Amino acid sequence: MLEIKNLHARIAEDGTEILRGVNLTVNAGEVHAIMGPNGSGKSTLSYILAGKEDYEVTEGEVLFNGENMLEMGPDERAAAGMFLAFQYPIEIPGVATMTFLKTALNAQRKARGEGELATPDFMRLVREKAAQMNITPDMLKRPLNVGFSGGEKKRSEILQMALLEPTLCVLDETDSGLDIDALKVVAEGVNALRSPERAMVVITHYQRLLDHIVPDVVHVLSRGRIVKTGGKELALELEKNGYADYIEAAA
Amino acid sequence: MTSNAQTLRTAAERGLIDQYASAKGALPGGDAVAGIRAEAFKGFEARGLPNRRVEEWRYTDLRREIREALPLAEAADPQQARRALASVKDFGEAAGYRVVFVNGLFCADLSELDGLEGVTIASLGAALAEGRPDGLGDLAAKVADPAIGLNTAFMRDGALIRVADGATVDKAIELLHIATGPAAASYMRHVVHVGEGARVRFLDAYEGYESNGYQTNVAVELYAADGADIGWVKLQEEAHDALHISSFLTQLGEKVTFNQFTFTSGARMSRGQAFVTCAGENSTVGLRGTTLINGDQHADITLVVDHAVPNCDSREYFKAVIDDRAKGVFQGRINVHPHAQKTDGQMMTQSLLLSDEAEMAYKPELEIFADDVQCAHGATSGQIDEDLLFYLRARGIPEAEARTMLVLAFLAEAIEEIGEDDVVANLEERARAWLAR
Repeated sequence: MLEIKNLHARIAEDGTEILRGVNLTVNAGEVHAIMGPNGSGKSTLSYILAGKEDYEVTEGEVLFNGENMLEMGPDERAAAGMFLAFQYPIEIPGVATMTFLKTALNAQRKARGEGELATPDFMRLVREKAAQMNITPDMLKRPLNVGFSGGEKKRSEILQMALLEPTLCVLDETDSGLDIDALKVVAEGVNALRSPERAMVVITHYQRLLDHIVPDVVHVLSRGRIVKTGGKELALELEKNGYADYIEAAA
Repeated sequence: MTSNAQTLRTAAERGLIDQYASAKGALPGGDAVAGIRAEAFKGFEARGLPNRRVEEWRYTDLRREIREALPLAEAADPQQARRALASVKDFGEAAGYRVVFVNGLFCADLSELDGLEGVTIASLGAALAEGRPDGLGDLAAKVADPAIGLNTAFMRDGALIRVADGATVDKAIELLHIATGPAAASYMRHVVHVGEGARVRFLDAYEGYESNGYQTNVAVELYAADGADIGWVKLQEEAHDALHISSFLTQLGEKVTFNQFTFTSGARMSRGQAFVTCAGENSTVGLRGTTLINGDQHADITLVVDHAVPNCDSREYFKAVIDDRAKGVFQGRINVHPHAQKTDGQMMTQSLLLSDEAEMAYKPELEIFADDVQCAHGATSGQIDEDLLFYLRARGIPEAEARTMLVLAFLAEAIEEIGEDDVVANLEERARAWLAR
């Protein structure tokens, strides 16, 4: 589903090189975890997959279902099935959460040549998914993410994911800022979306999220390269020994 | 010096002087009204048209803008007036009663006032013929402003409105202004008295119909008695080559709630000025608005809030969206008199510049002579936030739609403070139409 080949990228503004040859293949039905120390390029990788313009790809390619993803705009990628759960979900004053969800869902449906969802059907769908994420009808009326706690923002991200039903989910440090109860709710939401047709890339610092969302494959990203790949036991090893070995290996 | 100044008059100023000399005999009102006209015109003659050397008008140069004195507006052909009225959208369903002015003249036959209780509305022109109506010119005389001076000198008609003590007016009263026929200048004056404890909502609409460079100069004098609750929403959608000058003067008694909202998107050049005096304690003033301009438009919002007594709150909140080479102006002045303790005055203006040439001038002035007050002002000016745009696009919303959403969201924060659903819906629809233009 996702093939990243020898991806090199830098910050467009100052030319700082961040990714230095990332190779990664994720198949449908698989959950991959990407772990690594601060500054290793994890978030950059997620932003490049989503299409943020702050980065410049200097070499390599990204194929999504065989198509060159780097030539698509962020909205086209989303309509094609890509979803990024943001590490820091953005507050948008003046846009009600419900309006935003409806606009996003219908824009994607339209881009795929499907008809818009009628309002009653949409409302039913949102209420059902929101209840699963412990999101109250009152939150849906409020401006998007405005005044939401850290946990509410992350739950709102997973609600969007559940509603938009992407085929490729990239979760960027979804565990950051969550207490253990909120983490469980979020992880349950994510696990409910696991399916043979859907691939997930879970980016995290810590092993603790992977106790709840158990990955098939774990990668270590360091200094812009994947330096080690293993099974879920690799995460436990990292938890015990830290990233020091890999930082040296990459250097 | 004096003779020197005379020779520097522009063609438009000379034209206005000639026009006043020939028109004054026919303008309505007896000696008392003729007296205030003459006094006001003397002030205009001394100062001339407002220009950039006059501090209050430094960003809006009417001397450069007004090239000639347009003829005074005359009554429109009745059929043409009906056609014009049928073509404008105004406040639609949000208006419960409607007072129509065509070319600055009160049109009783086009107005809809059936069922209106607790309020009397009459033609100011007709009232002037009987003498000087209560309150006419008192607030205007306190401000030495050339645009108001011209209005007083030439005012011909308008509405004389009296809301009875304790009346709660069930539906909003719309004042709908349209210009049609040959290019002309209309001078309107509305005098409004709102009685003690009365509650009333006004919708004040100026709609473009004729594109011929017409001029509107309107002034409102509103007196709010103790405990009155007044909402005033102004819609300025004049034709794109028109000149619009409006001066809103109000004096508030005790425990008054006064909320004004100004939606500005019309006219080539416009100035919306408001002078609010808190003359009684424990009143609350809200002055809010949105400006949406493009092309070569110039829109000036100038507010002066006078806290003459203690314990009043004032809020100013304006948002502007500016495209192409358009220029927005916001001047906000808060005066706090020496004994006006516990005044709370807040001013905020935010603008979104959609092009590199778009411009916004901002001039806050706080003049505070009391020591126990809270006053603050803030201004931001910027472009659409790229991070917000990326977030919306990452959810599948195409770029153009995402931009529209963000601009509307920016404006909605101010528009929704009106709190009346039908009015909010009307203005948001106008904002959407403006963005889709």
